[in-house]
Amino acid sequence: MLGKSVAGKTLYDKLWETHLVREDADGTCLIYIDRHLVHEVTSPQAFEGLRIAGRKPWRNSSIVANPDHNTPTKDWDKGIEDPISRLQVETLDNNIKDFGALVYFPFKHANQGIIHVIGPEQGTTLPGMTVVCGDSHTSTHGAFGALAHGIGTSEVEHVLATQTLIAKKSKRMLVDVSGKLGSGVTAKDVALAVIGKIGTAGGNGYAIEFGGEVIRALSMEGRMTICNMAIEAGARAGIIAPDEKTAAYLKGRLHAPKAADWDKAVAYWNTLKTDDDAQFDTVVTLNGADIAPQVTWGTSPEQVLPIDGCVPDPAKEMDATKRTSIENALKYMGLSANTPLEDIKLDKIFIGSCTNSRIEDLRAAAVVAKGKKVANSISLALVVPGSGMVKRQAEEEGLDKIFIEAGFEWREPGCSMCLAMNADRLSPGERCASTSNRNFEGRQGQGGRTHLVSPAMAVAAAIAGHFVDVRTV
Amino acid sequence: MKAFTQLNGLACPIDRANIDTDAIIPKQFLKSIKRSGFGPYLFDEWRYTDHGEPGMDCSTRPLNKDFVLNQARYKGAQIMLARENFGCGSSREHAPWAIEDYGFRVIIAPSYADIFFGNCYKNGMLPIVADEAMVDKLFKECEANVGYRLSVDLPSQTVTLPSGESFGFEINATSKHNLLNGLDEIGLTLLHADEIKVFEEKHKATQPWLFA
Repeated sequence: MLGKSVAGKTLYDKLWETHLVREDADGTCLIYIDRHLVHEVTSPQAFEGLRIAGRKPWRNSSIVANPDHNTPTKDWDKGIEDPISRLQVETLDNNIKDFGALVYFPFKHANQGIIHVIGPEQGTTLPGMTVVCGDSHTSTHGAFGALAHGIGTSEVEHVLATQTLIAKKSKRMLVDVSGKLGSGVTAKDVALAVIGKIGTAGGNGYAIEFGGEVIRALSMEGRMTICNMAIEAGARAGIIAPDEKTAAYLKGRLHAPKAADWDKAVAYWNTLKTDDDAQFDTVVTLNGADIAPQVTWGTSPEQVLPIDGCVPDPAKEMDATKRTSIENALKYMGLSANTPLEDIKLDKIFIGSCTNSRIEDLRAAAVVAKGKKVANSISLALVVPGSGMVKRQAEEEGLDKIFIEAGFEWREPGCSMCLAMNADRLSPGERCASTSNRNFEGRQGQGGRTHLVSPAMAVAAAIAGHFVDVRTV
Repeated sequence: MKAFTQLNGLACPIDRANIDTDAIIPKQFLKSIKRSGFGPYLFDEWRYTDHGEPGMDCSTRPLNKDFVLNQARYKGAQIMLARENFGCGSSREHAPWAIEDYGFRVIIAPSYADIFFGNCYKNGMLPIVADEAMVDKLFKECEANVGYRLSVDLPSQTVTLPSGESFGFEINATSKHNLLNGLDEIGLTLLHADEIKVFEEKHKATQPWLFA
């Protein structure tokens, strides 16, 4: 028809359409899955299901696997002391032995680490892919322009058996972060500021594309931090269009395309961006210059404020449900209304997790730690690199020495105190500045109190013994 | 998977917004390699006053008397009333496994986290979205009336209150069909195996590096 314009497509639309196997009348779709990341916690029941049904993986070369949640971060020579954790890790060993995988790094392998750190490191996460894992922080891989999200264990089994996922298309949200970040403000602060603005349910039903000058200026590590936290805003997937930084990060990695395939791949990746005339269902805008270092004060990532803020007063909240949430959070966190965030004293410090354990995170932390000492009032300050490769790189750069001299413990890679499935955890009532992603009740140990911050802010807090604005250190 | 058609069941109100999957089933229980047996540890940190570990005999553990699941009037509840953004956080399917293993088959809330919502269907549970005013009303009536029961009918997509009032809910046709018939999704998908193979060949031709 004359004059009819065909609306452009978002990056999400393009990723969806290039993986659509079939669509039913009610919009239920079958989506092809390129990469299946597997860890020990959410996979045993899925492999068991395959065995019971007499099925085999559809394409075991799509599998990248590695134990990370249960593995200890010290005394590796002693093995895994908790027998239940050990059984879960050994079950993964056996399942991969029986069913196969493209990449498997068993416990203590030189490249083992957090699955969301090793996937990109090995070049197994590529632009234009669909990536799933029985883990909500799979959204991390969206930083490469992949459609990546967490799935449940039944879906893990479904992907193993059929290489597809039953899904419905999400709505499209653009989070546009314009301008420039101030010094001392990082990707983590952007992620927390976005969650503070739209809430932990703000992204429910959406795939979020992150764009704008601030996002383009971020390194791949920073982009992974942002996409990692998309799930904390309720969005299963966060996506960033690939560019020359994406290609530069991937070039030469073990499983990245080689030779003639490389040029073809890069040419294809250059098409993976939202068309200028595409429409989003929702657009959220922030100005990078307005974002200060962030600190969570409550038990949900949306309970977050700039470092110069004060703990909120529930009496000033008009909405009854929100008021109750604030009261519950203050009670659990042992905080009084109107306390300046800088007055909050800490017991432990955790630098690590799939959010902030990459080399750039450790470098940013080391800059603040260099020549300083962890305050005497801090009982434990941990640095847990995201993978064996990150650990070796950091050691080559001498970062480990900076941390150790400052009084931090330098540990072996793994998920560690982000969710405390191994021995690294908070005791009841202990307060932690953590670079992880969730400050839920009991997340880092029963009764433990978590404040989410960037790596630089965590180190500044370790040195001062309380929160402090890293821009003033 | 267990089929679901109708249920007339006792309702239990869990009155808190943004309940996350760490609260539903704490991480130490995720070490299990089985799918069952999580019910006694549902809401473990709220339900008991001691620290729970996998394998503990929960019949002798000290109870938090204030927590609703420990109140005699809600014993045997099969319908959970919940608040907004229920099931946020981790993708752990251990959360719906624990809720189902405890005995719940239906959840009614104003909204859910996406992954949790999908995980419910895979385990024979029906997560119902009701508007905030209706959820408020159910909470009030449930708390005011001991033995408060709701009738949930999947074929007609309705929930009926003791007063006779009823409201409808949405569910997509595929999920409804699978739930009504207790169908194994993998078996159903494999009926389309040829289509998947055709797609895969085409995909390989356009992006061969994905298959290297």
